[in-house]
Amino acid sequence: MKHDSTPVGLLWISPWIVGFLLFTVIPVSMGLWYGFTDYTLLEKPIPVGLANYARMLQDDVLLTVLWNTALFAGASIVIGSILSIALAVLLSKPARFQSFWRAAVFAPSVLPVVAVAVIFKLGYDADTGMVNSAINTTVGWAGLQGPNWFGSRFWAMSALVLMSLWAVGPAVVIYLAGLRDVPRQLYEAAAIDGFGRWNRFVHITLPMISPVILFNVIIGIINAMQVFAIPVIMTGGGPDRATYFYSMYIYDQAFSYGDMGYASALGVVQFTIILVLTLLILLIGRRYVYYRGA
Amino acid sequence: MRNPMRTNPLAYIPLVLGTIVMLFPLWWMFIVSLETEEKAGSAMVSGSMLRLMPEDPQWNNYPDALREVGSVAWTGFLDALANSIVITVLVVIGTVLSSSLVGFAFARIRFRGRRFLFILMLSTMMLPAQVTMIPLFLLFRSLGWVDTILPLVVPSFFGTAFFIFMYRQFIAQIPESLVEAARIDGSGMLGIWWRIILPICKPVSALTAVFTFIYVWNDFMAPLIYLHSDEQMTLAVALNSFRTQYSGVEDVHLLMAVSIVTMVPCVLLFLAAQKYFIEGLGRGGLKG
Repeated sequence: MKHDSTPVGLLWISPWIVGFLLFTVIPVSMGLWYGFTDYTLLEKPIPVGLANYARMLQDDVLLTVLWNTALFAGASIVIGSILSIALAVLLSKPARFQSFWRAAVFAPSVLPVVAVAVIFKLGYDADTGMVNSAINTTVGWAGLQGPNWFGSRFWAMSALVLMSLWAVGPAVVIYLAGLRDVPRQLYEAAAIDGFGRWNRFVHITLPMISPVILFNVIIGIINAMQVFAIPVIMTGGGPDRATYFYSMYIYDQAFSYGDMGYASALGVVQFTIILVLTLLILLIGRRYVYYRGA
Repeated sequence: MRNPMRTNPLAYIPLVLGTIVMLFPLWWMFIVSLETEEKAGSAMVSGSMLRLMPEDPQWNNYPDALREVGSVAWTGFLDALANSIVITVLVVIGTVLSSSLVGFAFARIRFRGRRFLFILMLSTMMLPAQVTMIPLFLLFRSLGWVDTILPLVVPSFFGTAFFIFMYRQFIAQIPESLVEAARIDGSGMLGIWWRIILPICKPVSALTAVFTFIYVWNDFMAPLIYLHSDEQMTLAVALNSFRTQYSGVEDVHLLMAVSIVTMVPCVLLFLAAQKYFIEGLGRGGLKG
């Protein structure tokens, strides 16, 4: 009766194996190779050694997009994490209409990104947009005024970071699931020992959900490295390249300037950055993250 | 003992404020889409106050706007709608079938290298799409697939790591006796997958379908790269071209109307399948 089911097993997962080879292994290897070539689509790729990578060292625009991407990633991850943990704690408490509040927080995340970019492009309009109207209506009496959002480098970046907070829904939901898994007895024991609300949060909640924070930070970095549609539609990278991001630069090199070689090399660097950051965070996490049962 | 968990009535204040912030932009765009040309330009502002209701709703804005999508009246919009629907439906079918099949094999067939391949599969979830974007474009271009829906649809029939993982976790919990009973009845593995596993996996399939639907319907980059002609555009790309054509202040209401139309399927799906989004993401995200 006993027989080796290895061929059967491999046959069954073969759709994934074939897909993995076709859509991951081959493209990644091709990308690596094109990174060492000059490839303009008009002719066959010409090997140029490390020329594309040498070019990066002198590329001021690359420096700008790296800085912008890091700034956006840092700001949106830090603010987004604080906000989503706070929202998750708030939504985890028993309350009336709980599923309504949860749905309201999650809803913006299911909307088409192009439509979202369109709303906010108009919404941030200095004179007629909803953001400044809301600011003027609520705190206008105190002499505060909405800025000209896309007029300056600082406010343009701030506008994009603020907007990214509108899509915290998925992170909130993942934190909610993490909070649900924190054993109740811990809070009860701490309450008996006279721990206040803030201390319970810092000494129980945060350590218990630290693996979830780690997970969300990694996802946040991957997402921030890929941010594309929103800035393309809202700012086109401006003003003065203040919101020009890594993925937009790759897209432009490939499809606007037709420089597939350089664009591929940029893709390799992007992947390396994500990989190194992820490993670094996992390493740091090993020290500070609390894994139950591990 | 339950005292520390009781909700303070004041906790409703941030809940209400948060909800307003989250939903207000949608209400705002809805109002703007119903304004007259003159008023839409000044949007919500009358004096310095927010206007919360349209004074004289112009429902005509919707047909007026949709007619202008693409280069031929109505055809542009209907083509884009049809393309979005066809691509989304095909990708959903492909993802559900292939991911459940592979997930079943990972859960129920013992074979050498299973653990290694499973971990390899999970690690591909970390790979950003841009890394394979250019080589894949060149690959599909050499196949003559550019400006067809094939580059967007075909890969989904080879399984998606995240959903394979979800199916595997779910199928691993199905009692062995069920599978054994079917095997004794003479069903082959393919029969067991189709007649027993797929029906039991309905919750995972629903989750896979709603997430895939939202992702594909909303995707901007892939259709932007692969679909060039008017006849092939998806709604997302059509909305973007509409935006560049009608960028003036005088067309704000039309732009908002088209934006809202592209959102409707997502909103309906979300309302209908809320629990799959909220529970499914919580479960999958934690174990992933």
